Amino acid sequence: MHITFMLNGAPVTLADPAPTVTLLDWLREDRGLTGTKEGCNEGDCGACTVMVTDEAGVHPLNACILFLPQLAGKHVTTVEGLAAPDGTRHPVQEAMIAHHGSQCGFCTPGFVMSMATAHLNGDTDHDTVLAGNLCRCTGYAPIIRAAKAVENEAVPAHLLALATATPSEPPEANPAPAAFHQPKTAAALADLYAAHPDATLIAGATDVGLWVTKQLRDLDKVIFLGACADLRGIEQTDTGWRIGAMATIAQVEQALAPHFAALGTLLRRYGSTQVRHAATLGGNIANGSPIGDGSPAMIALGATLHLGHATGAREMPIEEYFVAYGKQDRRPGEFVEAITLPRQADNLHCYKLSKRFDQDISAVCGCLNLPVADGRFGSVRLAFGGMSGTPARAPRAEAALSGAPLSRATVDAAMTALAQDFDPMSDMRASAAYRMQGAQNMLLRAFHTLTGVQTDIHEVHA
Amino acid sequence: MSVAKSHPHDAAALHVAGSARYVDDIPVPAGTLHLAFGLGDVARGRITAMALEDARAAPGVVAVLTAQDLPFANDVSPSNHDEPLLADGALYYLGQPVFLVVATSHRAARVAARKGRVTVQQDTPILTIDDALAADSRFEDGPRVYAKGDVEAALKGAPQRLSGSLEIGGQEHFYLEGQAALALPGEDGDMTVHSSTQHPTEIQHKVAEALGLPMHGVRVETRRMGGGFGGKESQGNALAVACAVAAHQTGRPCKMRYDRDDDMIITGKRHDFRIDYRVGFDTRGRLAAVDFTHYARCGWAMDLSLPVADRAMLHADNAYHLTDVRITSHRLKTNTQSATAFRGFGGPQGIVGIERVMDHVAQHLGLDPLAVRRANSYRDHNRIAPSDPPADVQTTPYHQPVTDCIIEALTDRLRQTSGYDARRAAIAAWNADQPILKRGISLTPVKFGISFTLTHLNQAGALVHVYQDGSIHLNHGGTEMGQGLFQKVAQVAAARFGVPLRAVRITATDTAKVPNTSATAASSGSDLNGMAVQFACDTIRTRMADHLAALHDCAPDSVRFENGMVHLGSDSLSFATAAQACYEGRVSLSSTGFYKTPDIQWDRIKGRGRPFYYFAYGAAVTEVVIDTLTGENRILRADLLHDAGRSLNPALDIGQIEGGYVQGAGWLTTEELVWDDAGALKTHAPATYKIPACSDRPEIFNVALWDQPNPADTVYRSKAVGEPPLMLGISAWSALADAVRACGPGYGDLQAPATAEAVLAAVDRTREQDRR
Repeated sequence: MHITFMLNGAPVTLADPAPTVTLLDWLREDRGLTGTKEGCNEGDCGACTVMVTDEAGVHPLNACILFLPQLAGKHVTTVEGLAAPDGTRHPVQEAMIAHHGSQCGFCTPGFVMSMATAHLNGDTDHDTVLAGNLCRCTGYAPIIRAAKAVENEAVPAHLLALATATPSEPPEANPAPAAFHQPKTAAALADLYAAHPDATLIAGATDVGLWVTKQLRDLDKVIFLGACADLRGIEQTDTGWRIGAMATIAQVEQALAPHFAALGTLLRRYGSTQVRHAATLGGNIANGSPIGDGSPAMIALGATLHLGHATGAREMPIEEYFVAYGKQDRRPGEFVEAITLPRQADNLHCYKLSKRFDQDISAVCGCLNLPVADGRFGSVRLAFGGMSGTPARAPRAEAALSGAPLSRATVDAAMTALAQDFDPMSDMRASAAYRMQGAQNMLLRAFHTLTGVQTDIHEVHA
Repeated sequence: MSVAKSHPHDAAALHVAGSARYVDDIPVPAGTLHLAFGLGDVARGRITAMALEDARAAPGVVAVLTAQDLPFANDVSPSNHDEPLLADGALYYLGQPVFLVVATSHRAARVAARKGRVTVQQDTPILTIDDALAADSRFEDGPRVYAKGDVEAALKGAPQRLSGSLEIGGQEHFYLEGQAALALPGEDGDMTVHSSTQHPTEIQHKVAEALGLPMHGVRVETRRMGGGFGGKESQGNALAVACAVAAHQTGRPCKMRYDRDDDMIITGKRHDFRIDYRVGFDTRGRLAAVDFTHYARCGWAMDLSLPVADRAMLHADNAYHLTDVRITSHRLKTNTQSATAFRGFGGPQGIVGIERVMDHVAQHLGLDPLAVRRANSYRDHNRIAPSDPPADVQTTPYHQPVTDCIIEALTDRLRQTSGYDARRAAIAAWNADQPILKRGISLTPVKFGISFTLTHLNQAGALVHVYQDGSIHLNHGGTEMGQGLFQKVAQVAAARFGVPLRAVRITATDTAKVPNTSATAASSGSDLNGMAVQFACDTIRTRMADHLAALHDCAPDSVRFENGMVHLGSDSLSFATAAQACYEGRVSLSSTGFYKTPDIQWDRIKGRGRPFYYFAYGAAVTEVVIDTLTGENRILRADLLHDAGRSLNPALDIGQIEGGYVQGAGWLTTEELVWDDAGALKTHAPATYKIPACSDRPEIFNVALWDQPNPADTVYRSKAVGEPPLMLGISAWSALADAVRACGPGYGDLQAPATAEAVLAAVDRTREQDRR
């Protein structure tokens, strides 16, 4: 199978690329474009950030966990393509020099690409834009000064053209046997996957990428989902939302944050800007991680998971999908097709405990759906990540709250009950005791929030 | 003049364009091979068998080498010849390189490296400080002890006493560019090595030993590193030696770079410490005596642990004049990564110890910690009355007089500019009204000794050429890791010749140009190399002046080099014309320069002498908020005032200060290294090891330079600035302890790093007072 994409304004066609060669390795080793750096090879440092344009817009992505077939039909801009064709530096580049935003310089190309992408999109939430770019030298202050300095500068014409360009259509599949498949519809995917249930499905590759770069696995049979147009998109209906499995976390955040403020805040901390534009909600749920932040939120909101298969679809409450650690209720050939979510009042509280505020994996993620009326809790749903082998509800704590008066005594009882719901583990992120205390105190924090006590350190300023 | 100006980093324009070359970016000849280490997976044991057939048979593999295949020395230690490149029978830590794969690609080498099978007779590993103490596993015969006065008598006589114990975690360097090297075999056995190293001469030395060559057979070049922070002072030896040996054996260029996880698993980190203390004091908090015991977890090999542990002892006083003091230091040998240099080199741990004492005493007495700090401060040199006997008034615990102190004035100014007192009062009022959130504020000082404590390292060389067109080629022994050394030194060269900065060409550090260099370390880069360059330039300038003065009939000492011109009495020549004239006059326009730090001498066994040429000072005020339900916390504001002497480049120095602060704060907050019970490092990637991210920087971040000339005769009266600001970050940790103090009557005893979990534990301790 051939793939075609644009690299720094020039078309590139690759004949039968190995499906799991990363963009980063290809840029550096095959194209000699060494401006894009490898800092961690797992999507956590942003030194490999490139600008990718597709039908949904212009995004920064981590090239180290991006496979070449994922680029089909898209535009890729690397740091080498950032300056204007006449060599004029991008305003972000000028500002980084003027404000002393580079020291060792190794993270700088990645920063510059994240900043230029945000600049193009008119995004001035710099802390969010740069949460996925690590710098060990500067302490970030001069980088933020540079980012602020160019907020009102014009986007260079050659990049503006990119933003409005229609990417080329992915070419038709080459009929010859290929090392990978790119079905264009969910139905085609269903047939293909039924025929090859041992294949690896790749959506955003923010997790599968690490199987390749860190576990050094050879994936001999892969199906890329990026071309399945009917798996993309988020539909708002009379009764709620239907989120296609391939909707990125960024898209979910954009669609749902206006309706569930705490979910917006939680998803803002999901990975980084780069990760959120690659990772999908479907992928996050499908792989069944006990510490993914998407699942607890969806469980708390009462979401339904829709699985597709060539012989028929299934649906289930999302919490029932998670059977045990590493085990999901997914049969051979079944794939996540969509998540549906009922319309409801916003009673959601989401709390994420991690060592670092931004771009960290949760030690505990608590999503608490706490309707309150007439001084009493309604029917509550409490879902936690990091507290057991799967994302899970807390039935005893839910029982202690549901229907009970909104009081400290009720919450104390729920906190006690929570200790019966979970028996968390200790690991490098947190001890079992801290996980439990933190989860219990999330209930207390929600209570304080409901009764008007200030509990958010981000609302405090010197 | 080009000094004291805020020129951008010399490579800034290349950085932002992605065209600055790091080792892995250098175009390599066809046929270049790639290397990866096969790592041991137990912390301690004897290798009984190795099955490497699968590794050898893996696609792309050219060779697999073990210790038996090495032609000469199997050692990459910077100090003690105790660090084999490849394990020789025994395994000393989990992650130790055991065999070396040489393959046609980086990935092929990594894949094959996991296919070797090493059978090991396991021993019980010594992992923790307590394990090592129980086994008496240590470097040196016993603890080092530095003392002044009579600590036991003074403790006994003190009105009040406290004791405590503090765990201080280590720190991963997390340079963004991992370790990397490239070896290019030359003719007649010569070897050229490109290394991402702070110490090209040591790379040269270790490669020469490994190849059985004199040092003249090896040339090492380092243009830049993507961050060093001490992590590339010795930890690059293994890669460079591996590349050189493989290149020697295959006759092909060989390159090696660690994948990030390998880098974190293999290489050493900042030493973690336990510091026990006993302190006696009066009701004002003035210390009568303090007795520190340092336990440093050094890991499996000596590396640089002795001078690191020494420097921790040498900073046990920080900015405080201690009259009766003893520091006992245990250097413990464990089956973990060999802890190594990291910005501050033990100094930060020593300083954290005394700052904890200040906070503990203040808490005990119910005082503002700043009052206790000021009560114990060294006096400013200009505030000491002439009648005071100068030698006794204030000496360090190692008996060096402190004669350049400015910490009182500096602290006073920062206290005022940061609004410390009003904010402290406002925070107390706010805390009283807040059931869940608590704020804290702290001002901590830094006094950091400048010079290598191994005195002979305090030397540097330079090589300067002036070409006949007036352009200048600059070379010196320092290395560029982002700190802006090359630009600062180029500014010195431009200033000496009175030419614009663009006339000076910065070139890669090269052992063939300047020999026998010291590591770019100990913050010494611009002090040493700047002076060496100044001397080289002045040698050439004097020759030029002599020649031109004779031509133009004026006195040589009246010749002025300014603004791109050479002024000779009433005549003026462009510098280029002057250079041309000197060339035609057969004047040598090339010179070396050499500098050695004066006035230092040190006996590290007795703990007496003058190890430091001078001290650099600074102070920081940090304000934080904590959530008492989870321990989550944020830095709200930081105000830093730092002494860089008369800064060679204020912008670059401020960059060191801002970046150092954030790195120091990260060390003491979110950066937690976790090993499991088998000795496996569990935090070996950025997914699990959390350096500060963008939003972790202080929301309000005010940074200023003290900007007074260094009393010591340094290059343009500047001061070293690489390491000292890291310790400004201690104020963030101290501020967290202050916020914890607001949570309850008990003593929080906050440990380091103050992760959210550690903060919550401390909050809980303040409320357990009744139960204790």
